[in-house]
Amino acid sequence: MPARSPADRTDPAVRSAVRTALSVSVATGLYGVSFGALSVAAGLDVPQTMALSLLMFSGGSQFAAVGVVGAGGGIGAVVATAGLLGARNGLYGVQVAPLLGASGWRRVLAAHLTIDESTAVATAQPTPAATRAGFWWTGAGVFVLWNAFSLLGALLGDALGDPRRYGLDAAAGAAFLALLWPRLSGDDRRATRTVRVVAVAAAALALALTPVAPAGVPVLAAAALAVVVGVLDGGGGAGARAGGRPGGDEDDAAPVVTP
Amino acid sequence: MSRLAVWWAVLAASVVVLATKVAGHLVPRALLERPRVVRTAALVTAALLAALVAVQTATTDGALALDARLAALAVAAVALLLRAPFVLVVLLAAATAALLRWLGLP
Repeated sequence: MPARSPADRTDPAVRSAVRTALSVSVATGLYGVSFGALSVAAGLDVPQTMALSLLMFSGGSQFAAVGVVGAGGGIGAVVATAGLLGARNGLYGVQVAPLLGASGWRRVLAAHLTIDESTAVATAQPTPAATRAGFWWTGAGVFVLWNAFSLLGALLGDALGDPRRYGLDAAAGAAFLALLWPRLSGDDRRATRTVRVVAVAAAALALALTPVAPAGVPVLAAAALAVVVGVLDGGGGAGARAGGRPGGDEDDAAPVVTP
Repeated sequence: MSRLAVWWAVLAASVVVLATKVAGHLVPRALLERPRVVRTAALVTAALLAALVAVQTATTDGALALDARLAALAVAAVALLLRAPFVLVVLLAAATAALLRWLGLP
């Protein structure tokens, strides 16, 4: 945990940040149950499920990894899909590193705890002390609860047996939709429209390729499609108007708190 | 995949994701904080999630398949429109599929 001066404890901004951190941690931790159960349903065992929650510690990437395993994908497809979904964490790191000012082992720990939720809470705080408190409390809180509830979900999933009978296979699609949902809206209408068009095209492409491509490849092809659109699109997006600012890109790397 | 292969996939993917996080804290800010990089990363995330929704809902063993999962996804979408929390969305989808299968649907 971060070094906190005694003054921090009475700082209202810090206390507010800690309260936010705890409520986000509980909400996020709870859906760790669904991850644990889905992971076991996809064919991973309990230690493998926990290795993902402890070491990978990034919800979207973890759901993706077990989804690709469940669909019969190979090691390469698992690594590529989870790795690409985790790419946004790298961008979060760029944002929060200067705010935290951590060094040495604390920097590595901060990196491991850099996820949607910790970045969102940290960057929403009004003061530097509250930013640091928000990041560390959210990161640590989510880490502890996410892992505890992943374990609970994995053990429950193990005990339940046939996942189809309980609709757990359908829960996987719903989980991905819930992770996608907040990314489909935003203040910038052009950017939002581009994201929606790419999302629909990605889903269609993945379905079209499924009968002809090896498992895991359809999802990666969708990512490739997004890269092409991102590189070619001069910032105008599908709704670009004449006279739009080619370099006037809005910062849409803002993290999204999913629960 | 065999159990050993799944272990390799789990560990390798975890290393890649963790290395990405560490890189974000170490690389110079100017290198990654370019609008095009930021925008492309956001698009890749959305595209991957959308593709995963499609594959998880409408395919089985490398073939297109329409079954109770599609109805479950529709229920999930309605729940999201009504701003239901994540856990509830997932539970409603599972319950929908479980109910439809109990009624005899594939």
